[in-house]
Amino acid sequence: MGDKVFKCSPGIGARVTGTALVASDNFSARYDLDRIRGVFSRPAHALFGESYVGKILVLNTAKGGVASSWMLLDMVAREMAPAALVLNSTNPILVQGAAFANLTLVHGFEVDITKQIQSGGCVTVDPVEGIVIWE
Amino acid sequence: MALEFKLTKYETEMLEGKHGYPRQWAIQQLLQVGRFFGATDFVPVSQAHIMCDTESLGPAGIEHLEHLASHDKSERTVSIPAVTDPRGMDFGVYKRFKQSEEFAMRERRATKALEALGILMTDTCINYQTVSPPVFGEHVAFGDTGSVIYANSVFGARSNFEGGPAGLSAALTGRVPRYGYHLESERSATHWFEVQLRPKTLSDWGALGAVIGKKTGNYWCTPLLEGDFGGVTSDELKHFGAALASFGSVPLYHMVGVTPEALDHGQSTGHLIFEDSPKIGPADLREIYFGSKSSVNVDVVVFAAPQLSLFEIQDVARILNGRKIDEKTDLLIATSPEIKAACDRFEITAQIEQSGAVLLSGVCFYQMYARELAEANNWKTLATNSAKLMNIISGYGYEPMLATTEQCVEAAISGKL
Repeated sequence: MGDKVFKCSPGIGARVTGTALVASDNFSARYDLDRIRGVFSRPAHALFGESYVGKILVLNTAKGGVASSWMLLDMVAREMAPAALVLNSTNPILVQGAAFANLTLVHGFEVDITKQIQSGGCVTVDPVEGIVIWE
Repeated sequence: MALEFKLTKYETEMLEGKHGYPRQWAIQQLLQVGRFFGATDFVPVSQAHIMCDTESLGPAGIEHLEHLASHDKSERTVSIPAVTDPRGMDFGVYKRFKQSEEFAMRERRATKALEALGILMTDTCINYQTVSPPVFGEHVAFGDTGSVIYANSVFGARSNFEGGPAGLSAALTGRVPRYGYHLESERSATHWFEVQLRPKTLSDWGALGAVIGKKTGNYWCTPLLEGDFGGVTSDELKHFGAALASFGSVPLYHMVGVTPEALDHGQSTGHLIFEDSPKIGPADLREIYFGSKSSVNVDVVVFAAPQLSLFEIQDVARILNGRKIDEKTDLLIATSPEIKAACDRFEITAQIEQSGAVLLSGVCFYQMYARELAEANNWKTLATNSAKLMNIISGYGYEPMLATTEQCVEAAISGKL
């Protein structure tokens, strides 16, 4: 099978490659994560119990709450952050947080990206070119 | 091709570092976000509200604040009035709830740095009720989802969600990128709901916000509500908006006949024709409430998120009516330092404390290292009248239950809900 390339809007951060962790669910660092242990801790989240550290998180959109904009920096500093956030759509909080933490983030696909990529796959995110490649 | 971002002479100088590192860092942050969302210039803002609890900041965030604060006063001082969101610790009671000295030290360090930047430590998420409410059309940089949705919807002010780094950047530069809810074109309704009930309690209003938030569920959606809402109060809209923003990440709503950009249906929709209008009734709200048939022991009852107004606290004191709370249950009430002082003056604090409850100043429960609080105090089951708190707190290991103010107080007294 050849690589699949998905176009998106130009994003923030550097080009990264990693293992995808995918769900048709939303994201907030405060609402959903145990940031000490590096796992999804919200029982109702589709990724409950999963480790997100070093993964390329592929999710639907941002949840309410403003805390993520500080939290992403602290997660990066403690090496307990995802490698990138790949979202169908985002809100200002995650973009502000990604800019502050220099964490890779893209959004704005022509398709529902959570339906196109499977967990465990190798994914490259290029925020400058505005593409995501699933190998 | 990226659109050109137009900078004024002063903005260019900030970007070049001619007004010091703090302003250079700040405008770089704002520029990145602005370009991401397709903005082409900045809009001046009159005030900033900065979210900066130390659980969110973490050691890295605190070090960043200290680095900014280490610069010359002329370079580091904010350029517009700037206030703070709730903090993680009330120093008057932190030992009672077994909060650690390590966290206390973080709070002291962050406070010292924020004060050095010229920020006013109001420590409140209800700045629109207690500090300086914005007016119609005023561009602001607010940093709590509840304060943003209230400012946008109830006052007709203009703000995006400005998280801590962005709020701080706005305070240092006096501007934000012009996109999203600063643009008239982005403020029309995108979803229409017919509400077939008039919420009776604050928790009902929160539940309604939760229902609408779940159905919209995106920052770029603006719900329009039509129904018989007659005689709404500030606290009702506070709970509704806070829940809507929490469940849906929504920063603006219109309520026909209530909010200023929805004096009639056509004004709020930009005369867009909706094909469908979901109907919201009592059954929708019941789904948000705690549904267990058997009584459950309640470890902690929390009134917070948003912080309580003077009227809300007076109401809790009235319901308590001098009764003692159960020895196995804690009752916490969070408000701003200004409202706490008013409660002290009116002897409401004394009434509350006689019951064994605690009136917290300058904090909000979920910003108080809630996971560590639960472990230190053996809290698991939590009752609240705040749909927003119910939505947030399960990720911290709690089992939350939404109930009315009266039910919550009775749960604190009996130890059961």
